[in-house]
Amino acid sequence: MPMLLEVKALHGAYGESKVLHGLDFVVEEGGVTTLLGANGAGKTTTLRAISGMLKTQGEILFAGKPIQGMKTEDITALGIAHVPDGRGTFMELTVEENLRLGSYTRNDKAAIAVDMARMFELFPRLKERLTQQAGTLSGGEQQMLAIARAMLLNPKLLLLDEPSFGLAPLIVREIFDILGRIVREARMSILVVEQNASLALSIADRAYLLETGRIMMSGTAADIAKDESLRRSYLGY
Amino acid sequence: MIGVLNQVVSGIATGGIYASIALALVMIFLATHQINFAQGEIAMFSTYIALMLIQAGVPYWIAFLLTVTISFTMGMLLQRFVLEPLSNAPILASVGAFLGLLLIFNNIAGWIFGYSLKPFPTPFGAGEPMFGGMISRHEMGSTVVTLAVLVAIWAFFRFTKVGLAMRAAAYNPVSSRLVGIPVARMLALGWGLAAGIGAIAGMMVAPIVFLDPNMMAGVLLYAFAAALLGGITSPLGAVVGGVLMGVIENLAGAYVVGTELKLTTALVIIVVVLVFKPSGLFGKALASRV
Ligand SMILES: Nc1ncnc2c1ncn2[C@@H]1O[C@H](COP(=O)(O)OP(=O)(O)O)[C@@H](O)[C@H]1O
Ligand SMILES: [Mg+2]
Repeated sequence: MPMLLEVKALHGAYGESKVLHGLDFVVEEGGVTTLLGANGAGKTTTLRAISGMLKTQGEILFAGKPIQGMKTEDITALGIAHVPDGRGTFMELTVEENLRLGSYTRNDKAAIAVDMARMFELFPRLKERLTQQAGTLSGGEQQMLAIARAMLLNPKLLLLDEPSFGLAPLIVREIFDILGRIVREARMSILVVEQNASLALSIADRAYLLETGRIMMSGTAADIAKDESLRRSYLGY
Repeated sequence: MIGVLNQVVSGIATGGIYASIALALVMIFLATHQINFAQGEIAMFSTYIALMLIQAGVPYWIAFLLTVTISFTMGMLLQRFVLEPLSNAPILASVGAFLGLLLIFNNIAGWIFGYSLKPFPTPFGAGEPMFGGMISRHEMGSTVVTLAVLVAIWAFFRFTKVGLAMRAAAYNPVSSRLVGIPVARMLALGWGLAAGIGAIAGMMVAPIVFLDPNMMAGVLLYAFAAALLGGITSPLGAVVGGVLMGVIENLAGAYVVGTELKLTTALVIIVVVLVFKPSGLFGKALASRV
């Protein structure tokens, strides 16, 4: 399979403190890849590095082209949608305005309308709250809004930073069911980082295990989910 | 009673000018969490450009449009080359930059154009005051122009894609970049708009107060008081605050403190708002961003 994203010997730091110590991983075209790891392992930092939000060394290739050193907004415009840590809601704006911002880089009005209608099918709750200030939404609704906003970019690659974080199990289930549907029908690749390994492995094809800024293990999601000792020592379930 | 009504009506006219400058201050504040103390001086400088054009024989409304365009460009360039490089500097450095800009514009204007008061033409004609002597033609005309500017700005932010992107960039730059908005360009655009609005306010106030390098000092103070009164985070508050300030200024000048001490009403309002309701009438309570 062709690689959509290739990360080679990626180093990253916040000022003086080094966080990523030479990561190598790939995201295949059309699949779901997950990056697992405990709190503080460097998952969020890895996604930020891909989106050009921090200075890095090494190599990041998107569809074969280097994207390192590009501005975040230009990386987004290439088709990389990033649902950030904390969901990135535009709190002061309405739900509808948040969604419209998702398609900021696009000019294909008709196709945007189709995608918007599709998001309302997937997330009917958002449709009910269109004119509401986004800051008044619950955590789960904000996560749905963040995913819908990212989907409206019509991305080639969707980066998801802990979509389950801080949400009640029922809402998490709902969101992952919807993600599963998106994966099945959309022609795009997903890189999802999660602390909740069983959840992420349930929708992923391929998994990497991250520990203090290094890749400790990689394999198919099925193999990793089967590995009893790995599960107990690293994944905690 | 007629006297009071007169004061209120003409207060609304000057209040519109305060409202425009207050709106420019709020726009920059929302985007950068800083007060552009040089806003008034940029407007004053723009007004001199308009005067030069008019004296060179350019018809008023063409000079008006040219001036707005030049000011818009000047605002964008200022953001790009002076303030953007300072965007990560400590707060005192950028306050210093604003005050520096204020002094530079003031001195350059004085150096090029001199410090004498210069009359500035009104496009609305000298003629008889309107509505039974209640309001001069210039006051009427400038109120209409100001109102048109405010409505245009509101519609721009409310209904256009770029307006929405500018609001998004001001509220949440990180998320904005993640949906592909070039945040620095939006900020430059905001500075351009603020400078353009300031230029219009300058051209509208100059026929009343005469043009000199310190023309906008008082206006900026009233506009700042207006922005605080309305709530420094609220564009609507800036407009309401501006009109209120114009009316309060006139009433206080006529009936309370006298024209000599009018400016102190602005200071009193600034202090009272900061002490008792820092978020103003329409603003949100501020987290410790300032
Ligand atoms: N903005 C930041 N500035 C400095 N250090 C940070 C910042 N964000 C995260 N870190 C540090 O980087 C390491 C990795 O963090 P992060 O990527 O957020 O981990 P994860 O998402 O896997 O929980 C942690 O030690 C964290 O303290
Ligand atoms: Mg994280």
